Amino acid sequence: MKRNIPLLITALGGFVLIIAYFIPATQGWGEVAAIWFDVLASIAFVLGGGNLLKIHLKNISDRKIGWAYSAVTLAAFFITLVVGLGKVGVNPNPQYPDYALSGHYREIGSPFWWLYEYAFKPLTATMFAMLAFYISSAAFRAFRAKNLEAILLLSTAFIILLGRTFAGVYLTAWFPDWMSGLKIENLTVFIMSVFNTAGNRAIMIGIALGIASTSLKVLLGVDRSYLGSGEE
Amino acid sequence: MLNKIGIFLLSLAFLNIFSNLNAAETNIPNPPSSFTAQDHPWDHGEKIDLNWIHSLNHQTYVQHYSIFQSTNSDSFEFIGIVDPGVSSYTVEKLDREKAYIFKVIAVGADGIESSPVVTISAISPTREWFDGRRFPLFFITLIFCGSVVYWILRARGGDPLNIRKIAGLEAVDEAVGRATEMGQPILFIPGIQDMNEIQTIAGITVLSKVAQVAAEYDAKVEVPTSRSLVMTAARETVQASFLTAGRPESYNQDLIYYVTDEQFGYVAYVQGMMVREKPAACFYMGAFFAESLILAETGNTIGAIQVAGTAMPAQLPFFVAACDYTLIGEEFFAASAYLSGEPDQLGSLKGQDIGKVIVVIGIVIGVGLLTLGTLLGPTSSLGMTLISAADYLKSVILT
Repeated sequence: MKRNIPLLITALGGFVLIIAYFIPATQGWGEVAAIWFDVLASIAFVLGGGNLLKIHLKNISDRKIGWAYSAVTLAAFFITLVVGLGKVGVNPNPQYPDYALSGHYREIGSPFWWLYEYAFKPLTATMFAMLAFYISSAAFRAFRAKNLEAILLLSTAFIILLGRTFAGVYLTAWFPDWMSGLKIENLTVFIMSVFNTAGNRAIMIGIALGIASTSLKVLLGVDRSYLGSGEE
Repeated sequence: MLNKIGIFLLSLAFLNIFSNLNAAETNIPNPPSSFTAQDHPWDHGEKIDLNWIHSLNHQTYVQHYSIFQSTNSDSFEFIGIVDPGVSSYTVEKLDREKAYIFKVIAVGADGIESSPVVTISAISPTREWFDGRRFPLFFITLIFCGSVVYWILRARGGDPLNIRKIAGLEAVDEAVGRATEMGQPILFIPGIQDMNEIQTIAGITVLSKVAQVAAEYDAKVEVPTSRSLVMTAARETVQASFLTAGRPESYNQDLIYYVTDEQFGYVAYVQGMMVREKPAACFYMGAFFAESLILAETGNTIGAIQVAGTAMPAQLPFFVAACDYTLIGEEFFAASAYLSGEPDQLGSLKGQDIGKVIVVIGIVIGVGLLTLGTLLGPTSSLGMTLISAADYLKSVILT
């Protein structure tokens, strides 16, 4: 029962979405199925919040390595929750001036907006900016010319990178018209639009077939490993 | 004498005005004729096709046709213009519950308009039982799904099926064994998408095998998730795997926990955890975006053995550069069948090969049509037909 009902719901939801794609009259059913998923995901937010509290309180209580981070996480969680749900510092909506909570929680200048603009966004941007350094270190390792394939990869990457800089364009600007195909910016376009696109499409076709096959296995209940193993 | 000159000038002025009036009259475009509105075939019931016959003087005077719609004949709303050489228009985003009247006006230079032509009766769009534009896709889906089901049944019947070795999946035992020897945990990241993403489901299926091997070796598997539903599903999966391995008492649900839905918040947590706890093996299986390289490079820095699998083409190069093994696209989706070795699942892989045959046939036909069409030249009728056929294949059948 514990496995059959989820399987039934999965199959029903999946087939309804497929039918809705081809049969216009059932389009509404697909929309209802999608709404039900949103409802479930929203309920799961509470589950997630509860788990977050439990895990981090336990970290603090056990004085685990990095427990101070858990304290910061919980403090940030509660401050954001109170400020957001309580609409702290938000002015009432002009249409309903008598209702203190009628304003929008993201009102410009409100504490919640301030938290988002001056705490959350810079932190996110910082994490994203770190990517540049990781790309450099990964590229340094990937582009070592240790065999023929690596040399080909290195040469191609060199052309592409150079072709997207002013220096690269300047280097081959003196090529006569009949050699324009060898100008580095044109080589870059050629490599990206022919070799890269061909390789990418091959991967995409494999992915599309894999998705279709996996979806069918899940809908038919052939693959149940995401529900746990075979035992009830 | 002055009177005569005055009468002469006055006559000239009249003649001038008269001739201008005449020109203005002849510049007025004639209205189009036979204006009809018909329901658009094989649609969701939100389109109507309009057709008309060009104005008699459309080549000379018509700049464009203006189209209007109304749900009552009193006030018409402008909906679009079409070029003078075009005599049809498809009105979109209509309401099936309403009846519409349409009006077309030929517009000449300086905005001079013809008299309007209105549809004879009101019409409502109707919804067809099947979306005809998707018939080719439906047909391909039927063949593909049919072949998958057929090969599953063949496999159940005992047909032997072979699958090539996938290094990334062969490495699961090695990675878990290494973590066990080192006494370090195993980190499993099932992507950052929810359970409605098929890649997450594929990741969870790999987790079931990893958790089973870890249970057998008595190793610790830690699964931080970025979605609550994924956490719940992962807990069920890992618990079942520990049960299958005969070690239900070793299962600790606190090792599978929710972090945050925020992409970079999640990355910050996992990165910090990796640096602090130094897992010996890291698995990245699911849908990843910009965080892929941050996670994989951190794992590389701490010296973990890393296996990644994703169907996000943009992230594959990052995983290839930073991980020991990468499951590329279809390999990732084949993981469940490969790891379980169940005939049913292996049969589905064979059915997938039929899909590849269909794709190869499509590519050969498309490339052949386009190459022949280009060789014959778009000026010859055969060349044009071949190019049009290739275009039809691309934009109608495959779209």
